[in-house]
Amino acid sequence: MTVLDIRDLSLSIGSTPILKKVSLSVASGEILGLVGESGSGKSMTSLAILGLTPPRATMTGEISLNAQLISGASDAALQKVRGRDVGIIFQEPMTALNPVMTIGDQVAETVRLHKKTSRKEALAVARAVLDRVGLPAERFPLGRFPHELSGGQRQRVAIAIAIALTPKLLIADEATTALDVTTQAQVLELLKRLVREDGMGLILITHDLAVVAETADRVAVMKDGELVEEGDTRRIFTGMTHPYSQRLLANAVHAPSRQAAVQHDAAPVLQVEGLVREYAGGRPLFGKPKAFRAVDDVSLTIQPGESVGLVGESGCGKSTLLRAILALETPQAGRVLVKGRDITAARGAALKAIRRDIQVVFQDPYGSFDPRWTVARLVAENFHLLDTQPSPTEARRRVDQMLEQVGLPASAGDKYPHEFSGGQRQRIAIARALITDPAVIALDEAVSALDVSIRAQILDLLADLSSRLGLAYLFVTHDLTVVRAVTDRLLVMQAGRIVEQGDTAAVFAAPSHPYTQKLLAATPDLARNIGALDAAHKETVR
Amino acid sequence: MTDAPALPAARSRAPWPLSLIVGGALTAIVVVTALIAFVWTPYEVEAVNIAAKLTAPSSAHPFGTDHFGRDVLSMIMVGAQNSLAVALVAVGIGAGIGVPLGLTAAARGGWVDELVMRGNDLVFAFPALLLAVMITAVFGPGAINAIIAIGLFNIPVFTRVARGAAMGLWTREYVLAARTAGKSKTLISVQHILPNLMSLLVVQAAIQFAVGIVAEAGLSYVGLGAQPPMPSWGRMLAEAQTMIGFAPWLAIMPGLAIFVTVLGLSLSGDGLRDLFDPRVRRER
Repeated sequence: MTVLDIRDLSLSIGSTPILKKVSLSVASGEILGLVGESGSGKSMTSLAILGLTPPRATMTGEISLNAQLISGASDAALQKVRGRDVGIIFQEPMTALNPVMTIGDQVAETVRLHKKTSRKEALAVARAVLDRVGLPAERFPLGRFPHELSGGQRQRVAIAIAIALTPKLLIADEATTALDVTTQAQVLELLKRLVREDGMGLILITHDLAVVAETADRVAVMKDGELVEEGDTRRIFTGMTHPYSQRLLANAVHAPSRQAAVQHDAAPVLQVEGLVREYAGGRPLFGKPKAFRAVDDVSLTIQPGESVGLVGESGCGKSTLLRAILALETPQAGRVLVKGRDITAARGAALKAIRRDIQVVFQDPYGSFDPRWTVARLVAENFHLLDTQPSPTEARRRVDQMLEQVGLPASAGDKYPHEFSGGQRQRIAIARALITDPAVIALDEAVSALDVSIRAQILDLLADLSSRLGLAYLFVTHDLTVVRAVTDRLLVMQAGRIVEQGDTAAVFAAPSHPYTQKLLAATPDLARNIGALDAAHKETVR
Repeated sequence: MTDAPALPAARSRAPWPLSLIVGGALTAIVVVTALIAFVWTPYEVEAVNIAAKLTAPSSAHPFGTDHFGRDVLSMIMVGAQNSLAVALVAVGIGAGIGVPLGLTAAARGGWVDELVMRGNDLVFAFPALLLAVMITAVFGPGAINAIIAIGLFNIPVFTRVARGAAMGLWTREYVLAARTAGKSKTLISVQHILPNLMSLLVVQAAIQFAVGIVAEAGLSYVGLGAQPPMPSWGRMLAEAQTMIGFAPWLAIMPGLAIFVTVLGLSLSGDGLRDLFDPRVRRER
């Protein structure tokens, strides 16, 4: 039975077309994966279903839910549909819940908005729904507040709100993107179970092809507001026909060709020895305050030209470790040697000299630049590390040269960061890191916020720079796919400690620590899924 | 480059907020009046003309005359100089000391932050007027001491605003990047933090300017501001008090001057905030 039917949906804001003749349908009990890069119109499609399009948008086409036309309905009519017939889960579990309302009240609120029930009855429904999403009464009473829950638990509450009235259609808009892989796997499992039990239709909106391959029954690929390809998951992943979907898939599994020039015999460029970073905890009424060890006795080495991955889930201490390595935080114990010089002990000119050799590229291509500075000034900021400042013309010449090296026109220097796309900004960040000719660059989730095609380009650029300049990289990330594609060696971090390390290929082939095994099993693996889909496909053909 | 095309610079000229236009116009009237008073006033401010005492507003004296026959319009024009100067310098003192203190507190953290903020609380704990009375009681009344008193009260206001906003900026990645560029906290405060909270400080300055006008009038009212014969809005109000029954213009005119100035500055502050805040701008 068809739950949702969209026919020729077009939407434009002002004179800009956002969606172009999109036609989609979802059957009950079916999971439709809606994939595409940012700006492809995935989220706008889901907002159109809910009638939550921006005020100035004009829409044509038909949307029917359960064979009932809902496009063009009044807002009052749509309000009844939202929450009752269609539930939605958003990406950010931190902001999707009201921080001053208990979780029980938030679930009960949805129930009472649509059904005439007493508060007591609504709370009983809330209790039952929270049980269903895996938040049992003994550990998660209704009186809990959102801040007392982890990200994954909050997302479960958001799911509970969405399914409280057993809607016919559930929309999950990047609902697992912000979660750790193990949590993501659990939430996806939960969604699959709920679809099976309630027979609702699920639209799984995501940019992650691996998640779709693992979860969806059918896949729709969007690009620039158009639906370019749609079909059975098995067929899509084994025989994509549209060039864009083929490219998307290729980019998702892209591994840059790297001429590994690791100098194993040379002196290491980075050595971390027994590093400890503690934070003062809350002071109890009596006794000494308890310290929290974010980084617990960590040691690692990186050789010239080597690319090392540091993986772990949020809160494992990898960011703290990175900040300590960059001397942005002072460790309680241990040393960090950059080309043999201790950065933790250095001050003044000596520290500047060490900083020249270790630079960083941050995650957020939007937050890592002062919005009031021109690109040339931003890239030139690291000249501050030099003993003698280059003349303005010389500095500009070197900045322009560097911008060209990272694939940007030299004219980029006169513009401001907001004039560039996310991928271009990440190139600017790389240029800024490279300008002092460092030996090692730390990349803090540097490609996590990028679309797959742009991520592939940035990874290529990094590989190219590494082979040309003999750079060493420290990839700090939660994304195992990236690490697998670009690193020589892998370090797995859990609760402040490095629990496993070894050659990337070897660790992926045979993880020895239980945590690594868990992490690898939870990671949606596109190649593995395609292999499985392929085998199943052959099975059916035979 | 096959990257997605960058968004065009989304800086389409949004219309100026109405509050800024109205507030700016009112403020401009007051400022221009104060400037004109330097070269021309309808009558000599100190010219006593007992024959024309307490005349109601007329074509000869648009704002009327007081009990010495002095022209109220001329006094208000010269009084504007006094009010604006006191409030402006007081804002300057507040921002000049408060902002660096706030930036330092945010940059250093720890005991420096603690010291600055507790010092702030101490100043805040005294009502502004009481503080001013204390200062003028010790150093004697006068325009200079009024400036110091109001300026002192402004310091914690600017410290708080600067510190709060700067704390948020210190966690930004571009500040971390500046630190890996080996820049000192002071240099980062000057190069990255201060320019990014300038808009906030300008808004606060407009509001404190308005507060300063009222505070100056209050001090003059109780006789602790500018001393006679220098005209002052606050003292004009005080002197009008006993004559309000038969010469209401003596109270209404300076009251109106204060009202217009404060309204103009407050509206400007609101308007500037709207102008700088992209969220408000989009909704308009």
